[in-house]
Amino acid sequence: MINRREFLKNTVKGIAGLAVPLAAIEIINPRKLHAANSSEKSKVRWVFLVDTYKCVGCGFCVKACKNENEIPYDANVTRTWVERYVLTKEGRLFADSPKGARDGFITTKIDRGLGNFQDIKKEDIKKAFFVPKLCNQCENPPCVQVCPVGATYQTDDGVVLVDRTWCIGCGYCIMACPYGVRFFHPKYHTAEKCNFCYHRITKGMKTACVQACPFGARMIGNIKDPNDPVTKIITTERVGVLKSEYGTKPQVYYIGLDEEVR
Amino acid sequence: MVHGELWTLKELFVYPNEYIYWSIQIVMYPFMTGLVAGAFVLSSLYHVFGIKELKDIARFALVFSFALLFAAPMPIVLHLQHPFRGINVMMTPHFTSAIAAFGIVFFTYGTIVASELWFLYRKHFVEVALPLKEKKDKSLTEWIKFIVFYTLTLGVYDISEESLKRDEKAIKILAGVGIPVACFLHGYAGFIFGSVKANALWMTPLMPVIFIMSAIVSGIALCLLTYIIVMELRKIKVKSHRKPWMPKLEDVKGVEMSVIRITAKYLLLFMVFAITLELLDLVFRGYTAVRHWDILRTVIYNKDFTNIFILQYTFGNLIPFIIFLIPGLTIRRAIIGLVLVIMGVFMMRWNVVIGGQAFSLTLSGYMEYIVPIIPHDWETFKEGMGGAVSIFVMPFVLFWVFAKIFPVFNLKESH
Repeated sequence: MINRREFLKNTVKGIAGLAVPLAAIEIINPRKLHAANSSEKSKVRWVFLVDTYKCVGCGFCVKACKNENEIPYDANVTRTWVERYVLTKEGRLFADSPKGARDGFITTKIDRGLGNFQDIKKEDIKKAFFVPKLCNQCENPPCVQVCPVGATYQTDDGVVLVDRTWCIGCGYCIMACPYGVRFFHPKYHTAEKCNFCYHRITKGMKTACVQACPFGARMIGNIKDPNDPVTKIITTERVGVLKSEYGTKPQVYYIGLDEEVR
Repeated sequence: MVHGELWTLKELFVYPNEYIYWSIQIVMYPFMTGLVAGAFVLSSLYHVFGIKELKDIARFALVFSFALLFAAPMPIVLHLQHPFRGINVMMTPHFTSAIAAFGIVFFTYGTIVASELWFLYRKHFVEVALPLKEKKDKSLTEWIKFIVFYTLTLGVYDISEESLKRDEKAIKILAGVGIPVACFLHGYAGFIFGSVKANALWMTPLMPVIFIMSAIVSGIALCLLTYIIVMELRKIKVKSHRKPWMPKLEDVKGVEMSVIRITAKYLLLFMVFAITLELLDLVFRGYTAVRHWDILRTVIYNKDFTNIFILQYTFGNLIPFIIFLIPGLTIRRAIIGLVLVIMGVFMMRWNVVIGGQAFSLTLSGYMEYIVPIIPHDWETFKEGMGGAVSIFVMPFVLFWVFAKIFPVFNLKESH
């Protein structure tokens, strides 16, 4: 028979023991230890390069992505999309991305939302261009930072992935992404985003969108390889990134980025 | 259908994946935790700072805070796309996330409130359990009552003067520790929003403090309102059907005006803090006018004008302020004022959560949230009016149940 003091003591000990997460008593894996100690974690850091001058807004990339990554074709969400920007001589900006440009831009009218469309006369246009968007696989990803359960994480080669079996669907990562690349998968109801077709690039293939682009506007490469053509362009030419003010260090580089791009 | 598409209207240039992902339940979440924290702070005003006038309402507020505590995590559960995985937050907490601390903070706070309640009601448990133990041939209800109260004593039957003194000390310590924890529980809800750098409206270090102040305001208001209603109902009940076991009419005094007046004073004090901080935030944004101010301005002064300036500031702050400041406060006027204050705090949460999603990340488009009122499936129920109302009603039902175990009135002797 234990007395009350003993009982309380043991209870506290028991609770304290239970509170230690299982991860803390994980047996050390020699390979993991080696990886953690080696100065260069990985010889690969995936980056993306978009040449906006080459993009014509055909939307083949969006179609290919939806098919490759099993995002329901008619759902109004997409891992990658193309935006159209039109600046008028009056200095007004019009931009749209109907259905993420899945079907390309089939009309010259700009989608203003709520069923309104704006037609802009050719002679009023100062400049117009297309900008493909996808996950920036940030070096400092805010989505990974805010995930309460660690279901979204960054791999050693820089790609941010989502564990569909562990995501609780709180939507905090969606809120934290300044680029609006995240959404809830209509079927799995977990956070979803572009992962540079991780299942393809890790097997030596190109991403679905790169492969589908008929004009070579999209390129993927390894920034740690100095001989990679993408690395050569990024390191020797003038390129820009989106929304650098958030400190996310995005890894999708753009050629011909305009200050009006949102 | 994509989650969020059903209740989102998009205008001008909005990214294709953008919707109102954080809907009414995320408005309810800080609203409910705010009530928990506020109710606790109110009860601590008596237990820690010894403000004698609040003795009656302190006990009431503590039990109410406990009832609210159970309702506080419910909005999150209803909001999660995978509610059954919610426990993952406790299994693999990812501590760089503000949400990851929820389990720890919540249970710490829950433990404090539960322990304080136990010390406060220990004497009552013993007084109920012991006579029942002696009694032979108990009826079924007496058996249940006996088991519940006998368990609640946790095997401690010492209710001597000396041990009760020690209880009082323990209550004081727990209430004292509880204040910062309650503020942390809620301040951290503010941090969840304030730390989202992608959101131009949310990102401000003032957010946690603003949340704490308005939380205390809402908690005090709801406690006082419920207190008035319960007291008045009791009076009516005793008046209308006289039963021998009911307390005498003279004993049921109804609500004390002095309690209302003192509590209202603290309410006003915290309201001043809350409004000052909110206005400071607004003025600062307008004055610095950084890149996103253009779109914020259109949201604050045009799109959400009614929600912010009419419902929140005028009806939720200004009018109740005048109501409580005019001398000769009556019960009816107090009730109107309190309802308006609670509505005002709710609108503040609404304007933060929904208002923060009213504009696109493109800073050149808008989104409008259409609350699903009549549900046609589970999702539109839980993330619509039905879910929100259910969450709001829950603490009152729980309070009714808890009040049977922790009686809030007519205890022979109380701390």
